Amino acid sequence: MVSLSEYLILAAALFAIGIVGVFLNRKNLVVLLMAIELILLAVNLNFVAFSHFLWGISGQIFVFFVLTVAAAESAIGLAILIVLFRNRRTINVDDFDTLKG
Amino acid sequence: MTFQAGVFYFFSAVLLWSAAMVVTIRNPVKAALFLVLAFVSAASLWMLAEAEFLAIVLVLVYVGAVMVLFLFVVMMIDVNLAVLRQGFGEYLPIGGLVAVLMVIEIALAVGPRQFPAMRAGVSPAIVHHLSNTRELGTLLYTTYVYPFEVAAVILLVAIIAAIALTMRRRPDTKYQDPARQVEVRAQDRMRLVKMPAEPKA
Repeated sequence: MVSLSEYLILAAALFAIGIVGVFLNRKNLVVLLMAIELILLAVNLNFVAFSHFLWGISGQIFVFFVLTVAAAESAIGLAILIVLFRNRRTINVDDFDTLKG
Repeated sequence: MTFQAGVFYFFSAVLLWSAAMVVTIRNPVKAALFLVLAFVSAASLWMLAEAEFLAIVLVLVYVGAVMVLFLFVVMMIDVNLAVLRQGFGEYLPIGGLVAVLMVIEIALAVGPRQFPAMRAGVSPAIVHHLSNTRELGTLLYTTYVYPFEVAAVILLVAIIAAIALTMRRRPDTKYQDPARQVEVRAQDRMRLVKMPAEPKA
């Protein structure tokens, strides 16, 4: 039987991979968004695991709302990405320095 | 090791491997496809944790909609990969250190010693002979109906924001103007010219 700790450590490892992804792909905006999706997935995994082991369904309701907000976030993020690419012809984060004084 | 534990470890290994491929692979299209694999593995794990409705929602919403959006964007913009990969491993030592420390800290906090008695039992849904979907819906439309409405508004805002951001008027696009079409009179368009018939030579 799988214990709660194994789910939580798996989610922690997934979260850490997402953090490493942010560190590694500092320039590629698309992969940065994907790393954020991984981090949110790790959080959702925690919610589902606790909901399963504490016998409460409220954790799954929370996952529902996190999924909603994450979908909205990636839709708007990708729309901003498209507008940036249309104006600057690049998605390199280093090139977005117009506001620098 | 029971069959359930074997399934858990298999899907965990696939999930971690595909997540590692997402952040390290060179081609963004392949990264998006590996992210699909990660979501499907996570959905299987949720199925194992008796969150059946959410597992299906994860596959439908994420694999079906969000990842298609990602693939669409990745394929639409042509990126210069050589520039984006510059200094790729530059921050790997510090990032790896942070990640390893974080996993160790969380593992110490949530390790088996902290949750000795946390074993999954029979969930209340099974006791009451309810399906996971029915139980979730009952709670969502009663206790959490106000947050549910707020989530709907958030989705509406996302739709409007995404469309407003990406919509633009192209000056060189040709389109019809029906009002001007019906205003046209025959004498504006057509000119009758009288010509003498040419005699046959």
